[in-house]
Amino acid sequence: MTDLLSLPWLEAAILAPLFGSLLVGRVRDPYRAARWGVAFTSITFAFTMFAGAAAAAGTSPVGQPWDIQARLFNGRPFSLDELTAPLIPVIALLHLLTAAATARTRMRRFSFAWSLATEWIGLSTFTCTDRWMLVGLLAAGTVPPLMELRERRRPARVYVLHMGLFVGLLIVGWWLTEVGSKDLGSGLLLAAVLIRCGIFPAHCWVTDWFEHSSFGNALLFVAPLTGVYAAARLLLPTAASWAFDVLGAAALMSAVYTAAMATVQREARRLFAFLFLSHGSLVLLGLAQDNPLSLTGSLRIWSSVVLSLGGFGLTLRALEARIGRLSLTRYHGLYEHVPGLAVCYLLTGLASVGFPGTLGFVGGDMLVEGSVEGNPWVGVGAVAAAALNGIAVVRAYFLLFTGARHGATIPLRATGRERFAVLTLAALILGLGLVPQPALMARYRAAEQILKERQTRLNSPEVATSDSIVR
Amino acid sequence: MTGSTEIVRYLGKVAAAAPFALVALLGLTSLLGRPLSEKATAIACRAVIVVGLVCAAAVLVFMLASGDRHVVVELGDWVALPSYHFAVKLVYDRLSVPFVLLTFLLCGTIATFSSRYLHREGGYNRFFVLFALFLAGMVLAALAGTVEALFAGWELVGLSSALLVAYFQERPAPPRNGMRVWAVYRVSDAALLLAAVTLHHLAGSGDFDRLLGTEPWPHGQTTVTGSQAFVVGLLLLVAAAGKSALVPFSGWLPRAMEGPTPSSAVFYGALSVHLGAYLLLRAGPILEASPLLAWIVVVLGLVTSLYAYLAGSVQADIKTALSFASLAQVGLIVAEIGLGWNYVALVHLLGHGCLRTMQFLRAPTLLHDYHTLENAFGEHLPRGTGPGRLLPGTARAWVYRFALERGYLDAILGALVVGPFARTFRFLDGLERRWTDFLTGKTSRESDAVASASGQIEELS
Repeated sequence: MTDLLSLPWLEAAILAPLFGSLLVGRVRDPYRAARWGVAFTSITFAFTMFAGAAAAAGTSPVGQPWDIQARLFNGRPFSLDELTAPLIPVIALLHLLTAAATARTRMRRFSFAWSLATEWIGLSTFTCTDRWMLVGLLAAGTVPPLMELRERRRPARVYVLHMGLFVGLLIVGWWLTEVGSKDLGSGLLLAAVLIRCGIFPAHCWVTDWFEHSSFGNALLFVAPLTGVYAAARLLLPTAASWAFDVLGAAALMSAVYTAAMATVQREARRLFAFLFLSHGSLVLLGLAQDNPLSLTGSLRIWSSVVLSLGGFGLTLRALEARIGRLSLTRYHGLYEHVPGLAVCYLLTGLASVGFPGTLGFVGGDMLVEGSVEGNPWVGVGAVAAAALNGIAVVRAYFLLFTGARHGATIPLRATGRERFAVLTLAALILGLGLVPQPALMARYRAAEQILKERQTRLNSPEVATSDSIVR
Repeated sequence: MTGSTEIVRYLGKVAAAAPFALVALLGLTSLLGRPLSEKATAIACRAVIVVGLVCAAAVLVFMLASGDRHVVVELGDWVALPSYHFAVKLVYDRLSVPFVLLTFLLCGTIATFSSRYLHREGGYNRFFVLFALFLAGMVLAALAGTVEALFAGWELVGLSSALLVAYFQERPAPPRNGMRVWAVYRVSDAALLLAAVTLHHLAGSGDFDRLLGTEPWPHGQTTVTGSQAFVVGLLLLVAAAGKSALVPFSGWLPRAMEGPTPSSAVFYGALSVHLGAYLLLRAGPILEASPLLAWIVVVLGLVTSLYAYLAGSVQADIKTALSFASLAQVGLIVAEIGLGWNYVALVHLLGHGCLRTMQFLRAPTLLHDYHTLENAFGEHLPRGTGPGRLLPGTARAWVYRFALERGYLDAILGALVVGPFARTFRFLDGLERRWTDFLTGKTSRESDAVASASGQIEELS
């Protein structure tokens, strides 16, 4: 078994979507492209599972003849640690389920090639331990959405302005940090992170992206919380202490503001975008705290956001595939036609707001409790955001699934693949929610690792710029 | 540890686990698209409730026989990290045992009634899934030995309640009212969560034994200071006010009557509406530590009672009238709690729950019952005039209008909270639109076309 785990699974997981993207990009028939897309995302998911297991077992291909990274880079710039080992399979699973649950009517619009390219860049980013390479990958990750907007002939200026600023600030900020200008570097990196995470008032690009992109690609681009990862890897280990305060305050304000905005939205995609922004802000809020409790809660919410909001988004996407863009100004009464999707909507939506027994419950409790230790108002803000998000989720449930009789001339029931996708997510949300201890323990270790690293760099600032992040 | 203690703890675990087994059975079969038949659902409900009731009753018998008034059932740590523990612990004491017995008893009655009342209803399975969720939440909240477990049960009750108000989901009114209920519950949940976190922070644990002392209820002594008790108690009071529809949150209670009669009976006549009072009873030592808080509780209870009496006096449909009658009693129970009459409040709660459930279940046949009574008397039943006749004409008209408008509570909350909130954030949404339009150089929102092409439903204003 150890021999099996020492195979280069991580490298395979990163390369599989790249090959898939190149191959699928050459396929003209959308249905064939969909089949290939599902096949490659499945393979990638399997590879990430093995890579995660290998990381948990502490094995790697180092010293083996198949250590590709040693030959290519003279080192190991891609590896997993406590933080990323559980995240990688989750991200790959979301890609797989998104591809698998794509309705036939949407296969022409959903670009499987770009989706695989996004997955490739995403997995590379989340496993990269070399900082400049990470900066490059974060910059590269902004390209596929732009290509999608161009292909769909949708306005891209809002996206380009924000992402251009993000990339510029990121590169300059990191360069300044490297050359020792800590305060200015922290400031620029902080600004870059706030933009990438869609923290108020730099959040409009996210809602705009959801307006113009296909729902599937919009979901896949934002759900892994790449901006939060950038904060965890680049900003937090090197930032000046004031940056934590600014980050926490901005994240708190953003979490409440976007949650409140979610309650008044008139269209489902925008609702989703604001829900996502609020949850992303809560994760960032936890990361900005310096106690292991908040940090563990934050990391837990991170997993919850990917799975719960991912499932929530897939449910909305499945509804969109049936009746088009979903207005929230009238009742649709869809429950009768798609009861399974209605249940999954509620399950994933409530899990995202930390309903008891679901994935987000303990994480939310820990985040609030840890925040209260530092500043009670942070706890109040986090609770207010969760309450507002809960109102937004149930309000949309009532509007979408109840209140009217929906007349349909064709059957709208969920397809087998959609059922598979939502049931898989439901099983994970409930399973990990009801038995949280093992995953939480791993998250706690990751939180300790982050805090330790932060402490080390605070004690010896020169380390901050001289080494890669994780060994 | 003696053998009988072991057995009673085992029975205690079974009583708490039974409703969750029902949730798993009904929920998973529904999720997999293979719901149980009506008959199987009814049998499963009855079986689970009987098992739970018998086990809880056995615990009571043991407590009476052994003289032990505080049986703790440890289920271990659900989560245990170096700086965080989430223990699952059940407490059987003088407060929880009567409440959990009442829960099983009334839920058993309602389950049996509903299996006939909702026969061949399209939402039969949905009703029982939510009913099972409610039962699980009630039992968990009643037996919770930690504030976190109580919160979990509290949330389950809230969700099932809001969804059952919207049970008749082909019409817009039930979901609209369900949304109102949910919004108030979220405020209540937020207050309870903050109280829980604060208590956890103050005592280092959410364990009631550490927060309220190990003496059997109601003789516990809190470890927090008077000022801390005031802050935490206020949060608990807001939570209780939301859940039990105390002023100013009373507006949701008549709206909740949109749900089917059995759920109205068990939720708003008997159990759910008393959960706030139960919370205050459980937190009795905290109220005792802050006299000012205790007086606030008394005043709130009396004001709620008076309000409910006035509003209930002019209602024209029986379910709404019963809901206000129920609220009037809940207000009195809360006042009793504030005065420290814990046993009076508990007995009042138990008796009121049983009576009101019976009244709610008879509500659909009210006219028939009236005719039967009138036939027996041989004349029309006398109509009470009430104390309103003592008021001068203008005041009587004002009070009548006040009662008819249900104290303008919904209007006040709408005008002072919901309306400004919705207007502010819609304005900000408009600003965001202008900003993205400016950046794009043209209209930036595709969603505007989707929203404007639809009808008008404004949930938040």
